[in-house]
Amino acid sequence: MNTVAPLIDTAAIRSEFPILATSTEDGRPLIYLDNAATSQKPRAVIDAIRHYYEHDNANVHRGLYDLSRRATEAYEGARDRIARFIGAAFADEVIWVRGATEGINLVAHSWGGANLKRGDEIVLSVLEHHSNIVPWQLIAERTGAVVRFVDIDEQGRIRLDELRAVLASGHARIVAIGHVSNAIGTIHPVQEIARLAHEAGALLVVDGAQGAPHLKIDVQALGCDFYALSGHKMCGPMGIGALWGRRELLDAMPPYMGGGEMIDYVGTDGSTFKTSPHRFEAGTPNVGGAIGLAAAADYLDGIGHDALWSHEQELTRYGLEVLGGTDGITIFGPHDAAERTAVFSFALEGVHPHDVATIVDVEGVAVRAGHHCCQPLMRRLGVPATTRASCYLYNTTTEIDALARALERARAVFR
Amino acid sequence: MDRSTPPLNSLFQELILEHYKRPRNKGELPDPDVSIHMKNPTCGDEVHLQMHVKDGVIANAMFVGEGCSISQASISMMTQLVKGKPVDEALGLAAQFTRMMHGDADAARDKRMGDLRSLAGVAKFPVRVKCALLGWNALEEGVGKTG
Repeated sequence: MNTVAPLIDTAAIRSEFPILATSTEDGRPLIYLDNAATSQKPRAVIDAIRHYYEHDNANVHRGLYDLSRRATEAYEGARDRIARFIGAAFADEVIWVRGATEGINLVAHSWGGANLKRGDEIVLSVLEHHSNIVPWQLIAERTGAVVRFVDIDEQGRIRLDELRAVLASGHARIVAIGHVSNAIGTIHPVQEIARLAHEAGALLVVDGAQGAPHLKIDVQALGCDFYALSGHKMCGPMGIGALWGRRELLDAMPPYMGGGEMIDYVGTDGSTFKTSPHRFEAGTPNVGGAIGLAAAADYLDGIGHDALWSHEQELTRYGLEVLGGTDGITIFGPHDAAERTAVFSFALEGVHPHDVATIVDVEGVAVRAGHHCCQPLMRRLGVPATTRASCYLYNTTTEIDALARALERARAVFR
Repeated sequence: MDRSTPPLNSLFQELILEHYKRPRNKGELPDPDVSIHMKNPTCGDEVHLQMHVKDGVIANAMFVGEGCSISQASISMMTQLVKGKPVDEALGLAAQFTRMMHGDADAARDKRMGDLRSLAGVAKFPVRVKCALLGWNALEEGVGKTG
């Protein structure tokens, strides 16, 4: 394999992630290949959260004292930072949520609850994570709308011809798709899907949980109407994420949850509400999380998205070649590296994915085995589960080699 | 307590792999008295246990299923062991097997457990214990339903 001059210094990057210097209980270096589940955190993010709690912690938007003012500034500054990170036109289009799951639930519940009616259609792909399926099924049940699924081709890519056919019914109000498949790494052609959805009079909701960590996000260029992301998958903390929505849509949407912080006036005969984004942020928010996520955005922008993409593409090509060349392995998803991220979801002949994961774990490599919250996709692929290795900016080709050796071991155990 | 990773051969014993590759009593049982489907939703392992129970005795036990070596070998061995045994005795073996999965050394030495003793090593892999128990949970729920 030809090595390309790396655009990012992996050794320097690894030294910024304290957990990567730790080892397994029996002294092996940690080889962490479960980044689609959650990413590790750089020191800059950990320090930002620590700094907030050591210096600026107060409740936001209510105290008249200096500390509360500082906390509020940091919190709203973080919103500006995420707005810039995703190319939003306005910071007030960014709503803090716990993660992409809550973001999608917010759209389904609020927009869907106010706008969907019997016979309307919600269009998903069979690649979707359960968090981009179940919220729609719940709102469909309440409103009488119908959920329709678009199939994928043999390389795990959404079938645009089938999407066009489904949209031709004229009943679609929502198309909801992932930016990148968590299970097999396919990158969806979001711009093209946005165009098709809009031509059919539907909105496009993008589940960006696996997009934001790896791709340069520009919500305006993508042409979508909502974009949801999770902080913990992009070097940020758990429990914080963002939902972006077009201002005119958010302004017309009813509240998601009621409580403090989101009201304008509360009377015994009823209440009125703030405008977006605060209308959708009932209760004391995760201020430390928001600040940590802004630090993650600084960190990733500091690395540079071109460098990040080049590095991950190198891992993708290497993984497809080395793992794909291992006896008995079938890797799911697109064959062309440019159409996917460095997520290798595979079947190993004669060895069940759980057994693979256990053997690989004993060899010191952390991978995931299971349905990856994608049961419809597993049925479509005709497998009960897969083993999945998912890479991020700090992973190396050497780690992929270690995985390949561990897989040989798994084959040997079951021979 | 030794917290280092236990060796693989304590988990994937020959006997386990042998039952996984050539499961015993696998297939549909006609006109079963007991028919129980069990699934582990987090990992997707599935077993369908069917039994004939006559006068408090498990006359026949068969299964169909899909899953990892541990879940499928465990239920294969279990059907061998409980066939022909009174329900009460089978439930006693289920309790003993559960103790073995929780690391009980006496249970792991109990000769009545037969081939199932090869699964004792699973106790050192806590995330895999539920795999080994899947078939036994089906048995417990199934005979509970006949009584």
